[in-house]
Amino acid sequence: MNDWIAILSSPLDVAAAVAFVRDPRAGGIDVFLGTTRGERSADGRDLASLEYEAYEAMAMEQLRALAAQARQRWPVLKLALLHRVGAVAIAEPSVIIAVSTPHRADAFAACRWLIDALKTDVAIWKREIWTDGSGTWVH
Amino acid sequence: MRVRVKLFAIIRERAGTDQLTLDLPQGATVSSAVSVLRERFPAVADFLSRSAFAVNQSYVKAETVLNDGDELAVIPPVSGGWR
Repeated sequence: MNDWIAILSSPLDVAAAVAFVRDPRAGGIDVFLGTTRGERSADGRDLASLEYEAYEAMAMEQLRALAAQARQRWPVLKLALLHRVGAVAIAEPSVIIAVSTPHRADAFAACRWLIDALKTDVAIWKREIWTDGSGTWVH
Repeated sequence: MRVRVKLFAIIRERAGTDQLTLDLPQGATVSSAVSVLRERFPAVADFLSRSAFAVNQSYVKAETVLNDGDELAVIPPVSGGWR
């Protein structure tokens, strides 16, 4: 099994993602974590967390399709695409992409392409939850 | 025929439900299902206009004919965020 693709409601484990993509044929492993960035709204509210919601059946198919496309474009050995649903606190990761390839340039390129494509295409939505309990959907 | 509709994010919130069943005439299209949603949930009309649609987890055009047992999902714009 060379792909670990999952939508999880528990905290994401970057060490596990790295361990999964480790491969004796790899000269490079690139890891990306998308994290919740602290924000202050124009009217002075502080961000408490980002809350993610997924159409899981479709999102999983879309993630698998992205993994297949990445493998067509670059010599990916192993990859992990992990996305969290539910509330993700400030500085915590909502998404982890890990890729191993024989040469490092391909690891960087594939990893970057995967996160950019994931954010454009995949059926996952996010909502900003402010410290006063209010929430705003991000489009 | 009967179609299961799944709602997400802001549409789910405004409609007050994440799924419902629609009874539609044979030959009904995604468009006709969306018209029913628009009537039933006037608060989401604006978001429906900006949404994509998927039937059985594949994106489809509005003219697509629905079949009994299909799962129609309304996909509001996803949050791409900033690079």
